[in-house]
Amino acid sequence: MLLEIKNLYANVEGKEILRGINLTVNKGEIHAIMGPNGSGKSTLANVLAGHSSFEVTKGEVFYNGKNLLELSPEDRAREGIFLAFQYPVELPGVSNTNLLKTAVNEIRKYRGEEQMDAVDFLQMIKQKMKLVELDDSLLRRSVNEGFSGGEKKRNEIFQMAVLEPTLAILDETDSGLDIDALRVVANGVTKLKSAENATIVVTHYQRLLNYIVPDFVHVLSKGRIVKSGGKELAVELEEKGYDWIKEKVVA
Amino acid sequence: MSSTEVKKIEELANQEYKYGFVTDIESFTLPVGLNEDIIRQLSAIKKEPEFMLEWRLKAYRHWLTMEEPHWSNVKYPAVNYQNLSYYSAPKKKPALNSLNEVDPELRATFEKLGISLEEQMRLSGVAVDAVFDSVSVATTFKEKLGELGIIFSSFSEAVRNHPELVKKYLGSVVPSTDNFYAALNSAVFSDGSFVYIPKGVRCPMELSTYFRINAANTGQFERTLIIADEGGYVSYLEGCTAPMRDENQLHAAVVELVALDNAQIKYSTVQNWYAGDKEGKGGIYNFVTKRGACRGVNSKISWTQVETGSAITWKYPSCILQGDNSIGEFYSVALTNNRQQADTGTKMIHLGKNTKSTIISKGISAGKSQNSYRGLVKIARKAENARNFSQCDSLLIGDKCGAHTFPYLEISNPSAQVEHEATTSKIGEDQLFYLNQRGISTEDAIGLVVNGYCKEVFKELPMEFAVEAQKLLSVSLEGSVG
Repeated sequence: MLLEIKNLYANVEGKEILRGINLTVNKGEIHAIMGPNGSGKSTLANVLAGHSSFEVTKGEVFYNGKNLLELSPEDRAREGIFLAFQYPVELPGVSNTNLLKTAVNEIRKYRGEEQMDAVDFLQMIKQKMKLVELDDSLLRRSVNEGFSGGEKKRNEIFQMAVLEPTLAILDETDSGLDIDALRVVANGVTKLKSAENATIVVTHYQRLLNYIVPDFVHVLSKGRIVKSGGKELAVELEEKGYDWIKEKVVA
Repeated sequence: MSSTEVKKIEELANQEYKYGFVTDIESFTLPVGLNEDIIRQLSAIKKEPEFMLEWRLKAYRHWLTMEEPHWSNVKYPAVNYQNLSYYSAPKKKPALNSLNEVDPELRATFEKLGISLEEQMRLSGVAVDAVFDSVSVATTFKEKLGELGIIFSSFSEAVRNHPELVKKYLGSVVPSTDNFYAALNSAVFSDGSFVYIPKGVRCPMELSTYFRINAANTGQFERTLIIADEGGYVSYLEGCTAPMRDENQLHAAVVELVALDNAQIKYSTVQNWYAGDKEGKGGIYNFVTKRGACRGVNSKISWTQVETGSAITWKYPSCILQGDNSIGEFYSVALTNNRQQADTGTKMIHLGKNTKSTIISKGISAGKSQNSYRGLVKIARKAENARNFSQCDSLLIGDKCGAHTFPYLEISNPSAQVEHEATTSKIGEDQLFYLNQRGISTEDAIGLVVNGYCKEVFKELPMEFAVEAQKLLSVSLEGSVG
């Protein structure tokens, strides 16, 4: 068991957003979390990553047997959790290469591994760039500064490829992507999948799931998982809309 | 920002000065106080020719008529100029042929600062003129430079060995009557560096001086004069750290640069003087006059400064663009933390035709500090087609600090093109969280963001200096938090 969320409650600015989430993720699995706007999808992603604006009021989260909620955001990352941001921030003057080199070496240090030398590092990132069809020039440019929406999202997946997380959380990675960029991003994610890692895909629309095929689909509504199923659940949702779920919950 | 972020930043801001220590070398010091006798004694100790003494006395008499200025955006208790000693020199001052003859304790001090002279000589090919307190104790690579006709020596030596050059250029950019601190400096300056690059010579190495203030209660008044003759080129590096102490230390240096036809001078500073404790007690007052004259056609003067130290910084490295087509540049990073105050910027005075100037200023404020940019762009009536580009950015870390921008424009020629851009930003919680999420600690994340923000200035620094500058920013913002 890689991730175990038990009865998780969380607030933002005093407002309760998550109301008792239960979820178990094993290595080798892809989980999709779907739901209408305001259902708590992004909150769940940010709580798992440790964003300080979100206050956990109740419940437990275990990751690789460790109490996740006691770890700082950087230690969660070093333990192998990666969040692909819905809105990646711009970092003027900080090159992608510099960011990634610092990140890779910090993670290695945490794990008691040797620092990666510059030559090996460059070789490694060049290879990973191909995975998301990114241009070399993006390595030297400041992180996300002046990037198009599609480039920003691809850059997130590129960073994910470099950092090789055990648990990747993709927060609305499909939003703002045209169909070509969507295909590139999804191919990247699919290629990175292995028996040793797991992915949580947070999305509003089903279309991303045509490319990243989930093992499980969970529907979030008002801070709770109200329905879980296989990949066919996503298709059903697409056809019937979220109102169908809402009705079911009320019933 | 959330309360945890603010707390973290406060912790970072509260670290102790790393380079605080006092070296125990016997010093020869003049009694405290300032009068004509003191100046005569000072001049005699330094075996100066008559013209130098006269110049000092003239400056002193003018200084007596002046009042300490108070227009800058800084606050500090009054300085008692009669309570300072105006000369302090290591007592055993041998004539040195090599570094091996330098007092071992002095050498150890340099080692502590991480600026081993030997290492610098061996590894980076940098000739070092080390100023310890007020007197030069080691001058290196002189011979090699001598072959090219380059003069690189302490100011005192230059006064004795090249009086004609000193006489011709001293005070020609910053007159002894220029301002209160320049007049004081002109009267009592102790030592500093002198550089002369002959016609058509490109100085093959970076020239470097490390200044150090050591004796307690000694105001330090350096004087630096750099002349690049026609077609000459030189890159000069100045860097400082100072030991911790309780009294405020006044530092009022004067730097004059002269670039003749087609000559270029690049002057880079990394300044890390003791900034005082968390309450601002005991830091250095840094009131400096730095000015360069692009006297010849097509000449160029470029100032790059990284200012992280001092309790109070008050300086405006400036360019007088006299020669047609001459170029002035100012690249600055000024970081203030705790209770530091900085009022710094530049003046670009366009006199010649087709003159160009660029100003890139990056202010970083943390803790309870106040950081002001003050800049003047003046286009004179006869300066046809003058151009200026100014960019002044401020970065705030935490919410108890201040950033201020005072741009002044005086334009008397309608063909001028002047552009000014200014931004103020805060290190965002989102930026820090993004970096945290990539496995980077908050401390390192702040370092990355700040260094990224300063990149445009750092790229103007010579390589070794850029690395040092980044380290300094890290020390100033991060340090002991682990």
